[in-house]
Amino acid sequence: MNFDDTPQEAAFRSQAKAWIAANAPKQYEEELKKSSLGRTELKGANILEAAKAWQKRKAEAGWACLHWPKEYGGRGATPMERVIWQQEEGPFGKLSYVFIIGHGMCGPTMMAFASEDHKRRYLPPLASGENIWCQLFSEPAGGSDVAGLRTRAEKHGDDWVINGQKIWTSGAHYSDYGILLTRTDPTVPKHKGLTMFFLDMKSPGVEIKPIKQANGQSDFNEVYFTDVKIPDTQRLGAVNDGWNVSLTTLMNERMSIGAGVATGFPELFEFCSNLMLEDGLAIDDRNVRPKLANWAVRASGLKYTSMRAISALSKGERPGPENSIGKLVAGSMIQDIAAFALDLQGAAGVLSGPEDAEANGKFQAMLLRAPGTRVEGGTDEIMRNIIAERVLGLPGDIRVDKDVPFNKIPTKGRG
Amino acid sequence: MNFDFSDEQKQLRDEARKFLAEKCPPKAVRAVLDGNAPYDRELWKGLAGMGFLGVAVPEAYGGAGAGHLELCVIAEEMGRALAPVPFSSTVYLAAEALLIAGSEAQKQKWLPLIAGGYAIGTLALFEGKGNPSPEGIKLLASGNSLSGVKKPVPDGAIADFVIVAARTGSTGRDSDISLFLVDMKAGGVEAKTLTNVDPSRGQAELIFRNCKAEPLGAATEGWSLVSQVLDRAAVLLAFEQVGGADRALEMGRDYALDRIAFGRPIGSFQAVKHMLADMYVSATLARSNCYYGAWALSTNASELPEAAAAARISATQAFQHCAKNNIQVHGGMGFTWEFDCHLYYRRANATALSLGSLSYWEDALIDRMRKRNAA
Repeated sequence: MNFDDTPQEAAFRSQAKAWIAANAPKQYEEELKKSSLGRTELKGANILEAAKAWQKRKAEAGWACLHWPKEYGGRGATPMERVIWQQEEGPFGKLSYVFIIGHGMCGPTMMAFASEDHKRRYLPPLASGENIWCQLFSEPAGGSDVAGLRTRAEKHGDDWVINGQKIWTSGAHYSDYGILLTRTDPTVPKHKGLTMFFLDMKSPGVEIKPIKQANGQSDFNEVYFTDVKIPDTQRLGAVNDGWNVSLTTLMNERMSIGAGVATGFPELFEFCSNLMLEDGLAIDDRNVRPKLANWAVRASGLKYTSMRAISALSKGERPGPENSIGKLVAGSMIQDIAAFALDLQGAAGVLSGPEDAEANGKFQAMLLRAPGTRVEGGTDEIMRNIIAERVLGLPGDIRVDKDVPFNKIPTKGRG
Repeated sequence: MNFDFSDEQKQLRDEARKFLAEKCPPKAVRAVLDGNAPYDRELWKGLAGMGFLGVAVPEAYGGAGAGHLELCVIAEEMGRALAPVPFSSTVYLAAEALLIAGSEAQKQKWLPLIAGGYAIGTLALFEGKGNPSPEGIKLLASGNSLSGVKKPVPDGAIADFVIVAARTGSTGRDSDISLFLVDMKAGGVEAKTLTNVDPSRGQAELIFRNCKAEPLGAATEGWSLVSQVLDRAAVLLAFEQVGGADRALEMGRDYALDRIAFGRPIGSFQAVKHMLADMYVSATLARSNCYYGAWALSTNASELPEAAAAARISATQAFQHCAKNNIQVHGGMGFTWEFDCHLYYRRANATALSLGSLSYWEDALIDRMRKRNAA
């Protein structure tokens, strides 16, 4: 048992470290280090432009999408090299958040299902950050139950015509392309009538409306489709096989390891180490310590769970299922931590302006953003189902709509 | 990077699991629980025969000379099987104390006896309620003669030798405490068996009356040695707790698959699935913290005190969580004497206290994190 690099890993790490030291946008380093959930802007710079510039510089030197094949804009690196890169990229990696969906989900789906021509045309600019991609799955009628989606695709000659609405699309407002899951046959059970496409987000008939979230920010969008035409050549996978295609997309997301999930614990520990209460520092308070300790072992437990998965990668094995706990643990933890940090401030915890609030209002922003973390990318409840069914082998939920044609499934509760 | 046990260590774990499945079924645990024997003598001899008692004891002292990573994998299996033997007291407390503080003569005398299954040892630290602290130690040493009362002492009534934390000064500093080794054959100690929440492992009161003892380690270093032994034992016991937690989770999962209610396996109801998923989360977090503890223990890293506290807290929470919800999944049958769920519930709650309570370790963890941050 050791934390040492193999000689090859060490060589790769020093190469990555040297390149990052010489090329990273250091002017943002301090701000990126301090950024936390609900606080991701850069002062005096447009974060989207900064992100694109960093991605382009990485791509030009062969450090973009490391695990992708070279011909599609990657480096052909091993999964372990990708992890080492993320460790070395450190706070600058936070700039890549606009590319997470495109690189983690859309790219791998294109690689598995697009034509060779399309792969060579679309993947390199996706890798280099020139194009941003989004994923159009969720709908008002299909969130956790994504296969319940209603956006229609109908074949007219060589084109498909799309009508419907998507929701919770991260980054649609700055995306160039998207992958789109549609219903192509409503007369068969819901999983069997779906088809996947990719499309240009500037296509006529696509209308994007940012959603104002409960915390006042806008990270997500509603996307409306009115008679949008997509050529059949942009279909991914067979007609009515879209559910299987979407499983590939989601599976790829679960293979990405090592970036680490935000728990809020380092921020809280630092806060408690400096916050004076009536009887001294918060970290010395009898009521504070058990809570801190409880979150400390959850944070370290996640860190070392991720190390175990990385070890499997290092040995060329597939990581085990233990990594599936990360989002579930971190989501409620960051919410509880933010609420506790406010509680420590007493009545003044209600103040959220950076000039009045403790820690520049970081925890107030975190608190207001946190409910979203327990919902986006799979609710806590869906994550528990996944662990129970795929890890523990418990039976799947009884699905009353499983063998019912989609157009016969009830759409309203309470009569 | 290899943050995992080696193939050889995993093989050892498989061997230990197989051995314990055969020699330590729930029936064997119940024999001790029901008071038919103070511990399972035959199993103890068997463990010695397998080389498990001395796995981390150097060959020069009659052990296998493997190491602490090997001891960790065996500890996990002992916890999984709820082995009703004085393993934690003898191996994690007494042997560790001898290894870090014993004189050459003490090591030569006792370690081969431990490895061979001929001697049971323990640490007498607590004196009634309270957590480990130098102030809590009132038992007096005058020269090499001890007088006072220790309780609870794990496996104290069956021990052949006891390592005793005694007061040798009254300056109010840690240096007031020294360690002694008492050979129970020498006389001067009265042992009373005490009833406890987990009768599959014994607890005792030891009354020392001008009892002859020999110093263990440097005088005045006693408290520092106690702290080191507790940290080392915390990692090892955490592996037992993780083994127990995993088994309790499996029992709950298996029952949820077999038990039918409302026309379907209860494991298909989300209320039950989600409870089991949360148990898996606790057990996984604990296992990962334990691996870090194992790394720190086996390399004598300066991170050991912090890693040990994290492993201890996480594993205590996981075992308690899994053991109590295993009963909940079983419903009424889980609350019968006949089902084995209560064996895990008892062990989980007893081990949660045996090196000091959860709140003691929470406090210790924050102290240690603070110290590292200041450095």
